[in-house]
Amino acid sequence: MTVGLETHVELKTDTKIFCSCSTAFGGEANTRLCPVCMGLPGALPRLNKAVVEFGVKAGLALNCKISEISYMDRKNYSYPDLPKAYQISQFDVPLCQDGFLTLSSGKKIGIARIHIEEDAGKLIHRDGEILIDYNRAGVPLIEIVSEPHIESVEEAKEFVEKLRLIMRYIGVSDCKMQEGSMRCDVNVSVSETDELGTRCEIKNMNSIANMAKAIEYEANRQQELLKKGQTVLQETLGFDEKSGKTYPMRTKEDADDYRFFREPDLPGVHISLEEIENIRKTLPELFDAKLNRYINDLGLEKRDAALILKYPKVAEFFEKASTGVKAPQKAANLILGVIFAFLKTESQKEEFKLIISPENLKELVLMVESEKVSNHKAKELLEKMLSEGEGVLAQDIKALDDSELDALCYKAIEENPKVVSDYKGGKEKAIMALVGAVMRASKGRADAEKAKAKLIDILK
Amino acid sequence: MGKILKLHQMLLRKEISAKELTESYIAKVNNENPALNAYVRVTEEKALTTADIIDRKIAGGLTLDLLSGIPMALKDNISTKGIETSCCSKILEGYVPVYDATTWHRLDEKGAVLLGKTNMDEFAMGCTCETSVFGASRNPQNTGFVAGGSSGGSATAVAADLALFSLGSDTGGSVRQPASFCGCVGLKPTYGAVSRYGLIAYASSLDTVGVMAQNVEDTAVVFDSISGFDPMDSTSQADYVPCTVDSLEKSIKGRKIGVPKELLEKADPEVKALLLKSLEKYENLGCFVEFFSMPNLITALPAYYIIACAEASSNLGRYDSVRFGNRAESFESIHQMICKTRGEMFGNEVKKRIMLGTFVLSDGYYDKYYAKAQRLRQCLMAEFEKVFAKYDVLITPTSPKTAFKIGQIQNDKEASFNADVCTVCANLAGLPALSLDCGKDEKGLPVGLQIIGNRFRESLILNMARQFEIARGTESEL
Repeated sequence: MTVGLETHVELKTDTKIFCSCSTAFGGEANTRLCPVCMGLPGALPRLNKAVVEFGVKAGLALNCKISEISYMDRKNYSYPDLPKAYQISQFDVPLCQDGFLTLSSGKKIGIARIHIEEDAGKLIHRDGEILIDYNRAGVPLIEIVSEPHIESVEEAKEFVEKLRLIMRYIGVSDCKMQEGSMRCDVNVSVSETDELGTRCEIKNMNSIANMAKAIEYEANRQQELLKKGQTVLQETLGFDEKSGKTYPMRTKEDADDYRFFREPDLPGVHISLEEIENIRKTLPELFDAKLNRYINDLGLEKRDAALILKYPKVAEFFEKASTGVKAPQKAANLILGVIFAFLKTESQKEEFKLIISPENLKELVLMVESEKVSNHKAKELLEKMLSEGEGVLAQDIKALDDSELDALCYKAIEENPKVVSDYKGGKEKAIMALVGAVMRASKGRADAEKAKAKLIDILK
Repeated sequence: MGKILKLHQMLLRKEISAKELTESYIAKVNNENPALNAYVRVTEEKALTTADIIDRKIAGGLTLDLLSGIPMALKDNISTKGIETSCCSKILEGYVPVYDATTWHRLDEKGAVLLGKTNMDEFAMGCTCETSVFGASRNPQNTGFVAGGSSGGSATAVAADLALFSLGSDTGGSVRQPASFCGCVGLKPTYGAVSRYGLIAYASSLDTVGVMAQNVEDTAVVFDSISGFDPMDSTSQADYVPCTVDSLEKSIKGRKIGVPKELLEKADPEVKALLLKSLEKYENLGCFVEFFSMPNLITALPAYYIIACAEASSNLGRYDSVRFGNRAESFESIHQMICKTRGEMFGNEVKKRIMLGTFVLSDGYYDKYYAKAQRLRQCLMAEFEKVFAKYDVLITPTSPKTAFKIGQIQNDKEASFNADVCTVCANLAGLPALSLDCGKDEKGLPVGLQIIGNRFRESLILNMARQFEIARGTESEL
């Protein structure tokens, strides 16, 4: 199976691509409009520079060549949600070309191009009426077109998931598939030979899970056709979530002819090498660099690093909580073990709203490191902190007072005569078993150093 | 002295009030427009309100702009907030813009008095004003003849003194040709010199907002007022601040005039004779006149039609009746609503150009037509660059013929196609060009002389025109 993806990503610039209307999601229908994004007669587009900057960021993050001059073109088609009856896009000279995205296997998936364009409005069908909300018309998009280098459903899933994270970490988009700020069209073909088979395009995948199902179904469908000696028709398909099947929308014969031509209302898009370098400098740490750093410098397990990085807010929290600690893996364990159990749903993890700060977690990790609390106790404390707040830490960690420590030490000696005799017999290390017993009995509240000193003192 | 300046001084000296001036023009319009059909909408109330504001300014001793209180008109494709702007098409019947075109905004701020919107070919597609849903404008010199087009109403209004000046639009000659037919001055600026924001597009890479006035000085005053950078139009020139009025009286001695033979040969004998006579005048003023050959000027015409129609087919896609404009009465689906609306509301000329434009852009024909036309356009531009290294300006007839009879060329496609042969090259190359009356033919119809300059040389072509105007005025009884 061969798969190529066309991914639309909505850019989170403050204003639309060709006017200064707000791009905010939602809001009352048809309130974020002006003559330009409504396509009123005589109105003219003017390119928002931030869109070019965001596009370049995306290109750099995907290892693309950035075009110093690219052009805007008109893609003509008529649909009621498209105000001008043409979409201003980029056709033959896009902003970015020839990049790649590396999968965890090390395989590179080519990025053919990234271009900037405008979104359309939205049709709403209600009670047999068709309503149109144009708030989204003119919201900037980038279209990221991959080469047909993807060869399995797993690779397709990883590609989209990673693309999503890359875009989120550079801050150009929220990539919320359910809100439509990231949408995929998938090209699937199957071939028994070395040559590529006839491809079918499945439009508008709104979740990774659906995309996976659609590819799976479509590849099987094509395979079956070929097995029967039939040919695959080049078609544009839709995907029906309920049945899990693809269905034809239109064939090649009645494919749209978009009559692309240079947008006469806009000059070429110029960006100098110097500007490109300046944008490169403003890029935050990219996803792959972060992943490598978590694994190689912070010493995280590969799986844990990936899991933390899946949610940018979690990663941010983790980084703050683990700076200056000896073993960041401890922070990772607490986050993945305790906090993830507390935040059950994906969207909760995504939002990562907690009543404690990363500094609170860091304090807890430092306590574990200095053996003021045990790993086990730390988990219990964190659980309590998540519902009761950071105060838990201050209360609970109050050092044991001396008499309490004394009592626990005597109790440990009493309960472990064998260890005591070993120690007295010259096995100095045996004292640690007693310290352990004290720690357990104090539920990790005891200071290990202090307990050790006290035990030695008693056994003298 | 120009007429605008004269009236401005009269207003300042309180020899006439803005209200009186406006009322006299409105009376004239009400009286003469039924026969001429220059205006399709008269904005009496708005005009009188503006005049009143100007009069109060005068009474208060406030500074006045040259254009304050001056009665004028706008072509019906220039957006006016709150005032219907229909492009003389049924599809935009009742469409009231929510914003002002930059050109009108600049005039409105200066206190120019808008008398109304003027007649035009539907969506500026035509050269006789006969494709207007309101019917043709009449030539004020002889109402049996057309005013030209597409800015026919604007030309008629100015030539009949139903306005001191008007704005038109020029995509292939739509300001210059009617100016030539009616006997007034018509200036098509350099592409990018005047903002297109709010001008309802026909062919975006060729469209310009132009000025029509009764004399050269008035033309210069208006051009200076509306030109200059506009952030709302990305194709407007950033650092162009023209002050053409200052150069009008300069000597043109020693100026080199090139006359492309190909366009001279296209002209009717009477037109050609008057043009040659005019060139003699220029020689008398100390200019050098040289005839030269530029074969590409003829191929410009088909290139123009291909590019203009291609862009039009895209620009006019938005008239689907979904958001604004007229809508077909009955339909069963959105798709049918759009098809029926466009089928019923667009006139034949518009439909023809949309279809032609759609065809030349479509898969399989793009390279053969559109791409080839663009290459021709590039060649033409390169050639003009060479030509302007040699000559200061070019002079040609504005139109090979004088005004047609009403109805004469409606069914003569070739004649209407060829009517633009002298004017389209300036649009394709983005050059400024001006048409000026240089005499009358046997029928008493005006003949226009076209002066084409290099990019952003409006000062020079207005200067050349003004000096001709002076020479003409002293020698003939125009």
